Amino acid sequence: MTKETERPEPKNPVEDFLRMDRIPHIWCSGCGIGVVVSSFTDALRKSSFDLNKLAIVSGIGCTGRVAGYIKLDSFHSTHGRPIPFATGLKLANPELKVVVFSGDGDIFGIGGNHFIHAARRNMDMVVICVNNFNYAMTGGQVAPTSPTDANLSTAPYGNFEHPFSLPYLADACGASYVARWTCLHIRRVTKSIQEALDKKGFSLIEVIAPCVTLYARRNRLGDGLNLLKYYYDNSVIQHGADTRTLDIGYQGKMIVGKFIDRERPTFLESMNTHMKKALGDKYVPYGEQP
Amino acid sequence: MTEIQFSGFGGQGIIRCGLITGKAASLYDNKYATMTQSFGPEARGSACSSQVVVSQDRVLYPYITKPELLVSISQDAYDKYEPELREDGILLIDTDLVKARPARGKIKMYGIPSTRLAEELGNRIFTNLVMLGFFTAISKVVTPEAMKKALPGLVPQRFLDINIRAFDQGYQYGLETLSKDQKKS
Amino acid sequence: MKKVKADPKGVLTGAHYLDGDFAIAEGALAAGCRFFAGYPITPSTETAERFAERIPFVGGIFIQMEDEIASITALIGAAWGGRKVMTVTSGPGFSLMMENIGLACMMETPLVIANVQRGGPSTGLPTLVGQGDMMQVRWGSHGDYQIIALSPDSPQECFDLTIRAFNLSEIYRVPVFIMADECVGHMHEKVVIPPADQIEVVERKWYDGPKDKYLPYKPDKDLVPFMVKAGDGYRFHTTGLTHDERGYPVINAECQDWNVRHLSDKITKNADKIIKYEEDQIDKADVVVISYGITSRVAYRAVQLARKAGIKVGTLRLITVWPFPEKRIAELAKKVKAFVVPELNLGQIVHEVERCSAGQAPAVLVSHCGGWVHDPEDILKAIKEAAK
Ligand SMILES: Cc1ncc(C[n+]2csc(CCOP(=O)(O)OP(=O)(O)O)c2C)c(N)n1
Ligand code: SF4
Ligand SMILES: [Mg+2]
Repeated sequence: MTKETERPEPKNPVEDFLRMDRIPHIWCSGCGIGVVVSSFTDALRKSSFDLNKLAIVSGIGCTGRVAGYIKLDSFHSTHGRPIPFATGLKLANPELKVVVFSGDGDIFGIGGNHFIHAARRNMDMVVICVNNFNYAMTGGQVAPTSPTDANLSTAPYGNFEHPFSLPYLADACGASYVARWTCLHIRRVTKSIQEALDKKGFSLIEVIAPCVTLYARRNRLGDGLNLLKYYYDNSVIQHGADTRTLDIGYQGKMIVGKFIDRERPTFLESMNTHMKKALGDKYVPYGEQP
Repeated sequence: MTEIQFSGFGGQGIIRCGLITGKAASLYDNKYATMTQSFGPEARGSACSSQVVVSQDRVLYPYITKPELLVSISQDAYDKYEPELREDGILLIDTDLVKARPARGKIKMYGIPSTRLAEELGNRIFTNLVMLGFFTAISKVVTPEAMKKALPGLVPQRFLDINIRAFDQGYQYGLETLSKDQKKS
Repeated sequence: MKKVKADPKGVLTGAHYLDGDFAIAEGALAAGCRFFAGYPITPSTETAERFAERIPFVGGIFIQMEDEIASITALIGAAWGGRKVMTVTSGPGFSLMMENIGLACMMETPLVIANVQRGGPSTGLPTLVGQGDMMQVRWGSHGDYQIIALSPDSPQECFDLTIRAFNLSEIYRVPVFIMADECVGHMHEKVVIPPADQIEVVERKWYDGPKDKYLPYKPDKDLVPFMVKAGDGYRFHTTGLTHDERGYPVINAECQDWNVRHLSDKITKNADKIIKYEEDQIDKADVVVISYGITSRVAYRAVQLARKAGIKVGTLRLITVWPFPEKRIAELAKKVKAFVVPELNLGQIVHEVERCSAGQAPAVLVSHCGGWVHDPEDILKAIKEAAK
């Protein structure tokens, strides 16, 4: 599938994947989102995908701005809705590979319902979620991922709710591929993205990344370097770990790794198989690759 | 313009009666026919009904106001809808299922044991077709040929023949009823 | 604009006895719609059911989404994936769709939404008729934008207008709404579906210039930009943020002015081509009854009675409700004594009539909260009063 012409020897290795006419980007210095974007472009460079058949969809948030900087067919949708947007895109044009790149609040707060159903359907897409433990774009409010006891602008006396464990949720809903990393694990993130791109079905890659300006400052966790040190000291790689054990406490231990990698028929495969069985030759198959 | 109401309880094929009549009139008799039905909790409970307005010209107001033809295949439906029947209307009932009061005003009442006749044909699910045949003979709003043409798609293909037989029985019964009626008067 | 003949695979040529909901599904299939995402809600569900039943034999997608927000958003994605797309809903689901109707407008995405109206607000009257969403369809999403809304009065028109809705959505790259109602949606009447080669279908306004010159939001002569789809190698960007011709976000007043006026202008400046209405005996009329959807059929009975009573009454039935036929109403306002506007709401379109008539002729509302259609007598009374 690789078209060499689409990938000339780059001056800067990422220029071919980024919209250089939109740089500088809006992110704070020390923000972890850019690191995840680098891993993503690195994965694109290493993968053999026809980049013209790859589309990226974001929601709204600091992370939601990613789609705007990536030089692919890119869609900046509404808050919480990149997954149904990607669902439509994929089903309308099944030869596409669709990546959803968005924040924790976007995908698991306002968009949580869409996440669980896309995973249940095994909709063919790669979801990359930057988990910075808060709603950053709007000023550091509590999110469904905020650790208990963390301080947030709408939990000024500390968060007393219990956060989602994203891999556990994805596993329970039936995702085909689930991994969690921190933005310290750049090469591992890249590898996971490559694996997910090559995988059929629904993938979730959670990347824990610092929001230096809001979450870190409010909780007096220091600058980007301090946070990376926290990740270094507290993350434990445990591939295949039981997803029930992956809760993250405030400044606590983080189990990372690839937890799920399984085969399930995708939505389109299930549809075609089932309809052929039910309707025989009268069925007009949809979107099957020759 | 003719306003028709079919009534009975859920499961008797009351909506089907409206659909077949409306389809027959508008597709095969070159008339206009608008069919509406009662929706909502009512349709799930006891008395349900479907209504058809048949006309030579385009039907504007889609609902019936004072029907001149009422078909009732259950007591509840009769009790509920009979008072709305026009003073000079025609009432068709299943004689085994409906205990009717003496007809009001100039209302003409005709009965048929449609359920029993359907059972004799093998299954009471054909009741509505027996009744439709009867209705067609008495009302003359739609031709029997059109009614039969309307059946495919509205009754299961494998029961088409027996539905036609049910219709014919009802139709025959209707013709006989009419001729007896004429002799009387 | 590229017109082609309908793909015969989707066209169920012949005379049928269908309800309005089914006719909408058939219209969509005939128009080339091959993607439907929806969520069940009375009284629109039958359209989804019909589409789900038919699409496996035509080739395409039916997907029941997790809610109406997902449905409308999936439509936008699927339109950018190259398909003609639609969904149907009713009041509560329509309310849920509002934010992303705005996204569709902002991204200039062709799509069709049918709202089979029931009585509201809230859960209201799930199974009974209403016309209470006529202003919501125009203004329901935030900010300034324009949409197109059509109002069918019969199952046949549900079929015809659904095809027109698809064509308009492609011509103007805008969401087009079929504002039906429970009565029309559930009533059965004869629907004639012509042979495929007699159905005109408008193709998407595909860009075919040089790849590096493509600007997703550069208006063409008719004010509508060219479109491409994901996967064609353009590597374009589109966003719900205020954006320039490249589709790149620009957060300032100047770009906002350009962007928002463009969304509005492409509809208002083409309004004459979009607006359709049906008039009867309007030339010498003292009173004109303005109505739409099922109410126009009820009103017509009142009009017949009024004419019998010697009143000179004309009718204007809105087929396109939005954009509103401002010019025509303003013209008529100079000539008639009064307008009578029956609606199954407490007054929505009547305000538009008032606005366009600008004090030249009063607009008399005959209101009804829904749940049933008007008693023609009530409309007759208003006509008589207005004729005095
Ligand atoms: C419907 C809606 N509600 C609220 C907002 C405001 N809003 C924008 S971004 C955001 C939170 C984003 O958080 P997250 O997805 O975690 O992204 P981050 O900024 O942390 O990367 C919110 C609440 C919105 N844009 N739309
Ligand atoms: S606010 Fe936080 S998440 Fe947003 S760009 Fe700044 S550091 Fe990154
Ligand atoms: Mg966040």
